Amino acid sequence: MPEIAVPRARKSLRGLFVGQRGRRLKENLLAYLYISPATVILLAFHLLPVLYAFYISLHKWKIVKGSFLGLANYSKALHDPAFWSSLKVTVFYVVGTVPLTLAISLLLAYLLFQKVRGLSSYRTIFFLPYITSTVASSAVWVWIFNPRHGPLNQILEAIGVAPQKWMLEPRGIFQILGEALGLNVPSWAAGPSQALVAIMVFVVWFYVGWDIVIFLAGLGNIPGELYDAAKIDGAGRWALFRHITLPLLSPTIFFLTLMSMIGSFRAFSHIYVMSRAAGGQLGGPLRTTTTTAILMFDHFYSRVRFGYASAIAFVLFIIILLFTVLQQRFGRGRVFYQ
Amino acid sequence: MTISDSRKARVSHMFTRMLIYFVLSVGALIAVAPFGWMILTSLKSYREVATRVVLPATLRFSNYVAAWNAAPFARYFANSLIVSICTVAGVLATSILSAYAFSWLNFRGKDLVFTIFLATMMIPGQILLIPNFLTITRLGWVDTYMAQTIPWIASVFNIFLLRQFFSTIPKDLYDAAVLDGCGHFRYLTQIILPLCKAALITVGLNTFLGSWNALQWPLIVTRSESMRPIQVGLTYFLTESGTDTQEMMAAATVTILPIVIIYFFAQKQFMEGISTTGLKG
Repeated sequence: MPEIAVPRARKSLRGLFVGQRGRRLKENLLAYLYISPATVILLAFHLLPVLYAFYISLHKWKIVKGSFLGLANYSKALHDPAFWSSLKVTVFYVVGTVPLTLAISLLLAYLLFQKVRGLSSYRTIFFLPYITSTVASSAVWVWIFNPRHGPLNQILEAIGVAPQKWMLEPRGIFQILGEALGLNVPSWAAGPSQALVAIMVFVVWFYVGWDIVIFLAGLGNIPGELYDAAKIDGAGRWALFRHITLPLLSPTIFFLTLMSMIGSFRAFSHIYVMSRAAGGQLGGPLRTTTTTAILMFDHFYSRVRFGYASAIAFVLFIIILLFTVLQQRFGRGRVFYQ
Repeated sequence: MTISDSRKARVSHMFTRMLIYFVLSVGALIAVAPFGWMILTSLKSYREVATRVVLPATLRFSNYVAAWNAAPFARYFANSLIVSICTVAGVLATSILSAYAFSWLNFRGKDLVFTIFLATMMIPGQILLIPNFLTITRLGWVDTYMAQTIPWIASVFNIFLLRQFFSTIPKDLYDAAVLDGCGHFRYLTQIILPLCKAALITVGLNTFLGSWNALQWPLIVTRSESMRPIQVGLTYFLTESGTDTQEMMAAATVTILPIVIIYFFAQKQFMEGISTTGLKG
């Protein structure tokens, strides 16, 4: 059957839209018209660029296209210590922020859910960091961590702890703790730099409110009768949380884990501002806050190596995809849907 | 149960409640303390910052004037406002039309287009940065408002959000209106949109917030000082050596203020968009 059947006695174009078939054709055209603006933008700036990025990654490309390199940029990345170091920093960043943010926000959301007076005021306050501009709030935290003038060191000194260098400290956090306790920590166990830890503190502070709002929505979906029934059976507070709240909240936890991890892989603004405003060097000190996303940006923006930067971006993309697929697999058996 | 048992239970209950309020209050304090410190610092003198005095002796609002004059902040704000409003208008227009097509119209390839739209949500922004920059360069849009708005005036997330709302509207009105020659466009603008005001506000606010707070893309596509939006302008201001802390904090306060004001008036809509995101997962 032809897609558009030409009416046998077509006198004018108007005839095209007459009758059942005509009306359906009109609806089709109208629908295409309606989706066309979004489709054009999405194709031009969100979908086809992926292919273009791959094309760029196969070339030597310094602002203008150079020679074809095949997969050389990819093998270069895999042999680049800076790339592996950036992956390590990214893993530290994810492991250090995602579980902690989830745990704190779940605790606060659960407490808020206990018929607390002033719930909406608390929620408003917890959510406040998230709506503020990352640039401005990062700036505030850079000064909180400022070794000489910042309030954090002031507090530490007041309670008798030695002042720390925070955003200027490339040494690992476990190494610093070990030295304070007189232990010798091997270099492989040095952990994330203190500068990266400072950034992680900011991240947890910034995103807790967002997680709380989603947790509250999830908690609100758990039917109250379940709690009532369990209470009649004599279940304690902890048992209620462990056997009702947690399993029924697992889709929300799963969703938040996935979103936070994807968000972590692409984190940019606060690392950019905090490292630049504190020490001057992007991803510093000594590249210990250079995540893969920052490394990619550095190659692209500061060193105009478009080809190599695209290859890094592509590897990052594949890692994110792998994580998403793995989590979907892993989640399927464990997440409890009602 | 004896009387002492019930009293014990009541005391334990009270203790738990106190503990809950204590933990929540500590959390709230940590959430707002940085802002308090920011405002306090913005009112100190250079000396007070250097000597770590907690409370300023006199409130120096002159720091705000000094910061405001140190960089073209008025221009930055105007740029951000223009870009954000245009982006919101664009996102609303493209999302409303697409959402209507996906929820109320039947067309060939609907499922395919839908899947393609969905797929774009999986693509991380990093990978789009370089090709989009090259596209913008080729179009001659570097350092224009076009570069800052056009790539962001379509949002799959918002299309799905609106589609969700549109499809909750009962179908009875549809047959009567559309078949009697009211037409789809009039049905959309006169019946659907007024019923979905809350959803439209949510989409508008979230888009505004995202556009107002964006850094990476405008950092790349702006060249001249006069085209910078506020976040880029503030970033340059912060990373320039020699800027005083109290002026930085004044600039940060001024940047945060407009969004906080909007937030206090429309916090319900802000959170609605977010909880809808969560529920879909």
